[in-house]
Amino acid sequence: MRNLTLFGILTTLLLSASVVISAGVDLGQVQKQELNTSAIIMFLLFVSGTLGITYWAAQRTKTAKDFYTAGGGITGFQNGLAIAGDYMSAASFLGISGLVYGSGYDGLIFSIGWLVGWPVILFMVAEQLRNLGKYTFADVASYRLGQTPIRSMAACGSLVTVLLYLIAQMVGAGQLIQLLFGLEYWMAVVLVGVLMILYVTFGGMLATTWVQIIKAILLLTGASFMALMVLKEVGFSFETLFTKAIAIHKKHEAIMSPGALITDPLSAISLGLGLMFGTAGLPHILMRFFTVSDAKEARKSVFYATGFIGYFYILTFIIGFGAILLVSTNPAYFDAVKGALKGGGNMPAIHLAHAVGGDIFLGFISAVAFATILAVVSGLTLAGASAVSHDLYANVFRRGRVDEAQEMRVSKMATITLGVLAIILGIQFEKQNVAFMVYLAFTIAASANFPVLLLSIYWSKLTTRGAFIGGFVGLITALGLVIIGPTVWEDTLGFAKGSAPFQYKYPAIFSMAAGFISIWFFSITDSSARAKEDIAGFEAQDIRCQTGIGADGAVDH
Amino acid sequence: MQPDMVSKVKNHPKYIELLAKRTIFSWILTLIMCSIYYGFILLVAFNKEFLKTPIADGSVITIGIPLGVVVILSAFLLTGIYTWRANGTFDDLTREIKKDVQ
Repeated sequence: MRNLTLFGILTTLLLSASVVISAGVDLGQVQKQELNTSAIIMFLLFVSGTLGITYWAAQRTKTAKDFYTAGGGITGFQNGLAIAGDYMSAASFLGISGLVYGSGYDGLIFSIGWLVGWPVILFMVAEQLRNLGKYTFADVASYRLGQTPIRSMAACGSLVTVLLYLIAQMVGAGQLIQLLFGLEYWMAVVLVGVLMILYVTFGGMLATTWVQIIKAILLLTGASFMALMVLKEVGFSFETLFTKAIAIHKKHEAIMSPGALITDPLSAISLGLGLMFGTAGLPHILMRFFTVSDAKEARKSVFYATGFIGYFYILTFIIGFGAILLVSTNPAYFDAVKGALKGGGNMPAIHLAHAVGGDIFLGFISAVAFATILAVVSGLTLAGASAVSHDLYANVFRRGRVDEAQEMRVSKMATITLGVLAIILGIQFEKQNVAFMVYLAFTIAASANFPVLLLSIYWSKLTTRGAFIGGFVGLITALGLVIIGPTVWEDTLGFAKGSAPFQYKYPAIFSMAAGFISIWFFSITDSSARAKEDIAGFEAQDIRCQTGIGADGAVDH
Repeated sequence: MQPDMVSKVKNHPKYIELLAKRTIFSWILTLIMCSIYYGFILLVAFNKEFLKTPIADGSVITIGIPLGVVVILSAFLLTGIYTWRANGTFDDLTREIKKDVQ
C-alpha cells in the first residue's frame, strides 16, 4: 500500500505540474488544412489492413504469454524491424529532418545520440533480459529481490516514462493530423486513441508487432524514395548538394558544422548520457526482447534494429538538406503573409514529399506519419498495461496468486484506461510545448529504470532496499531537475530568462549519478535479513543469466 | 534452479571460460562505443574548428560530416561483431555446458 501511495503522490505531482504548465504557454496554433483526399485513402488502406491483422492476431492471442510477448515466436529479423518501428517516431522523422533543415549539422549530432544506445543495449542487457525475464523488465529487476517493493518501483518508472512519451505522441499526432488531413484536433486524438485501444486490446503483442513492422517498412521505403529523389536532383553528388544548400540557407557555411545545439561540455555529455542510457531503460523497448525465442534471436534483433535505425537517420539528414534545396526555395510552401514555413518547423519533410512526388506521394508520407504515431503509441500502451497487470496487479496485489484469464482481463482494462487517459491528456495538452517530455522520459528511464535493471543483472551486492530507494531517487531527481531547469521553468512556465533554479537543460548526468550512488549506498549499508537473501540469490541468477539454463521452461508457465 | 545444478555449472571449466570471455568482450565493445561517441561529443564541445575543416582543398564538405556518418556506421558494425561472435563462440560454449550438466 505504501508504494501505491508513493505512486499516487507522483502522479499527482506530475498532473499538478501539467496543470501549472497548461496555465501559461502558447506554442502558436497550427492551422487546419483543407481535406487531403489521397492521404485519407492511403490512411484508410493502412487502417483496414492493420485492423485485419488485429482480427487475425486476436484468434491467436489466447494466453497471457500470447498477449504480452506474441507467444515468444517472433524471429530476430522481424523483431529488429518491429524495434525500429517502435523507435523511429514521427518526432524523430519530422523533428530531426526539421532540425537539419533549420540548422544543418546539429540535426546529425542529435540523431547520433538517438542511435548509440543500441549497441549498449546489446552488450549489456538484451540477452540478459531474454534469459531472466518473462513479460516485463521488472521480472528481471525483481528476480532475486523483494517482489513487492521492486515491482512497484519498476512499474512507477515504467508508467511515468510511458505517460510522458504518450502525451508527447498524442499532441504531436493531433497537430500533425489536423495539418495533414484537415481533421479537427480532438477528432485526430480520439481516432489515434481508439485505434490503439483496438490493436492492443484485441491483438496484444502480435498485432502491435505487425503494426510496427508494416510501419517500419513503409517509413523506410518512403524515406529512401525521398532521399533518392534528392540525390537525383543533385546528380548524386554530395558536393553539389552541400554547395547549393550553403548558397541558399540563411546561415550559409554554418550549417556544415556544429552550431548552437551544444554550448558547454557538461551539457554535451549530459545530453549524450540521457539519450544513450535512456534508450536502455525504455519499457516498451525492453519489452520487445521477450517476444523472441532465445538469446541468439535477441542479439539478432538489436543488430538489425541498429542497422535500420542508423540507415534511417542518414536518410533524414539527406532529406533535411534536400528540403533546404527544394522546399525553402519554393514560395508555395510558405505562408504568404507571415513568410514562415506552412505548418511550422516540423514540416520540411512533409513539404519535400510533395516537392519530389506530388500529391500522391504527399498523401503516402502523411499516411505513413499517422501510421508511425499509431505504431509507437500501441507499443507504449502495451508496455504501460503490462506494468499495471503483470507487475502491480498479478505480483504486487495478488502476490502471484492469480490465474491467467484474470491477469489478461486486467491488462485489457488497463489498456483501455491508458488509452482513455492518453486521449484526455492529449486534448488537455493541445496548446503546450511538449517537446521536452520525450527528453524527460529518456532522462527518467536513464536515471531510474536503467540503473536498477543494470545493477540487478551485474552487481551481486545489490539489495532490495538499495534498488527501491535508489530507483525513486533517480526518478524524482530527474523529474525535479527538469521542472526547475530552463526548459520547463523558463520556456514552459514562463518565468524570466535566467531565473531557473537549476541552470542545465539536460540533467541526466546529475540524476543518473544520484540514482546510481543511492542504489550503491543504500545497498552496502543494508544488513537486513532480506539483504542477505538478495545477495545469496545472485549466484543462481547469474548462471541462468549467462547460460539461459531454466529460461526455456520459465517462459511457458 | 537446484543448488547442485548451481555448483555443477559454477565449477564447469567451460562456464568459467564463457564468463571470462564474454565479460571482457562486452566491456571492451562498450568502451569502444562510448569512446567513439563521447569522443565525438567532446569534439563538438571543445574543438568545433576541427570539425569545420574541409575534407579536401576547395570542398565544402567538412570533416564533421563523414565523422558523424562514421559514428553511425561504427554502432552498426560493433553490434554486428558482437552478434557474430556471441551467436558463434559463446553459444557453442553454452550448448556444451548445458549438455554436460543436464
